[in-house]
Amino acid sequence: MTEFTIERLVVLLRECAGEEEGVDLDGAILDEPFEDLGYDSLALFNTVSRIERECSVQLAEDVVTEAKTPRALLAEINDRISQLA
Amino acid sequence: MSGPVVTGLGVIAPNGVGTGEYWSAVLRGESGLGVLTRFDPSGYAARVAGEVNVDPAGRVPGRLLPQTDHMTRLALIAAEEALTDARFDPAEVPEYGAGVVTAASGGGFEFGQRELEALWSKGGAYVSAYQSFAWFYPVNTGQISIRHGLRGAGGTLVTEQAGGLDAVAKARRHLRDGAELMVTGGVDGSLCPWSWLCMIRSGRLSTVADPRRAFLPFDRGASGSVIGEGGALLVLESAEAARRRGGHRYGEIAGYAATFDPRPGSGREPALGRAVEAALAEAGLRPEQIDVVFADASGVPELDRVEARTLARVFGAGAVPVTAPKTMTGRLLGGGAALDLATALLALEAGVIPPTVHIGQQAEPDLLDLVGPEPRELPLSTALVLARGFGGFNSAMVVRRG
Repeated sequence: MTEFTIERLVVLLRECAGEEEGVDLDGAILDEPFEDLGYDSLALFNTVSRIERECSVQLAEDVVTEAKTPRALLAEINDRISQLA
Repeated sequence: MSGPVVTGLGVIAPNGVGTGEYWSAVLRGESGLGVLTRFDPSGYAARVAGEVNVDPAGRVPGRLLPQTDHMTRLALIAAEEALTDARFDPAEVPEYGAGVVTAASGGGFEFGQRELEALWSKGGAYVSAYQSFAWFYPVNTGQISIRHGLRGAGGTLVTEQAGGLDAVAKARRHLRDGAELMVTGGVDGSLCPWSWLCMIRSGRLSTVADPRRAFLPFDRGASGSVIGEGGALLVLESAEAARRRGGHRYGEIAGYAATFDPRPGSGREPALGRAVEAALAEAGLRPEQIDVVFADASGVPELDRVEARTLARVFGAGAVPVTAPKTMTGRLLGGGAALDLATALLALEAGVIPPTVHIGQQAEPDLLDLVGPEPRELPLSTALVLARGFGGFNSAMVVRRG
């Protein structure tokens, strides 16, 4: 399984949780807190469930509250993907 | 003369999106009814509906799109129009001084059907987290409240087509209790196979396939109701708050009453007449002081007969003009009576009674002065709006100009 990228995360965020006005998801968002990007826990829950299906991984139950930024979430996802290999 | 005042309108209807577009379509007698396109209706007994096909992109915030049913998107569009129209500024009212009461019927059926299909065909992991509330019947009240920071009293009335008036009456009670401003009325929409089947089971839907012949209230060819989507949201303020803010006044809610029908088979009179009389009494008006009636206009012959006889008994046969602009939109469930109320206010302001379209041979020509396919111009200062909801709900509301 290939690496899960920030570009893919942005696509799924848009699809599963929409896009906040005034936020540029195509900009440098890796270290922006999800909260500042306009995403609450339900938005992340919906997106994470989609990522789990797409990547055939199971993320920790508390990932939605623990991974505060896209960088932290990507690290968590890619960690699980590498365990699959 | 101290009833609450309507200071803002937001309309979304099958024949027009936005108050201006809707009102000019109504005056042209333009119908929004057609054969269903949202899904293939060919396997169903009823095929005609009033759809509102509007692209929500750019009209509803992007973050809200994945979490909203079609009807909630329509409600958000109408709420924004109403609040803009009223020049609402949250800074002008106390934090808990403004609230939302809307009418609903079943909730976000289309969203719910999609997620249930995902559950059954693929499994729980495929169900949207937003299914937790997107289908929920009070969801429009919640989403409007959150989006506009209306943190005061909130509620949802579920009395089918009577709900649009009942919600306004409930909002009026909150104003009496100290709220300054309420967003109220209703926007509804349930055009998906799941809800369609439920509504067909009521036995009240017209199975006539011609959109010009399917919904003919008070006509000899009446064959049942046609359902549409949309409705209206109104900004309602106490007379004092409206005076202080100094905005536009569409009119005053002068009287209201709701009654419940006797059990079917009891042989007792339907309770619509009592609702009319009590609403007039509260407004302090005699029947001859009402200038126009916006009928419930069911399209089910027996219910039309009840309404025609009730009006003839209270007002005298043919003594008051009666109209049913819903012949151009269909019955909008929780949104229908709110749209009639908005239409009545627009009529009072313009001095024009909107038309009733598609009617050929009237069923009760001796009882009703039914306004025909052309609008009728005359000075108007009061209107009575009637609404009945499936299951025995009757509501009547009197509005006064200015």
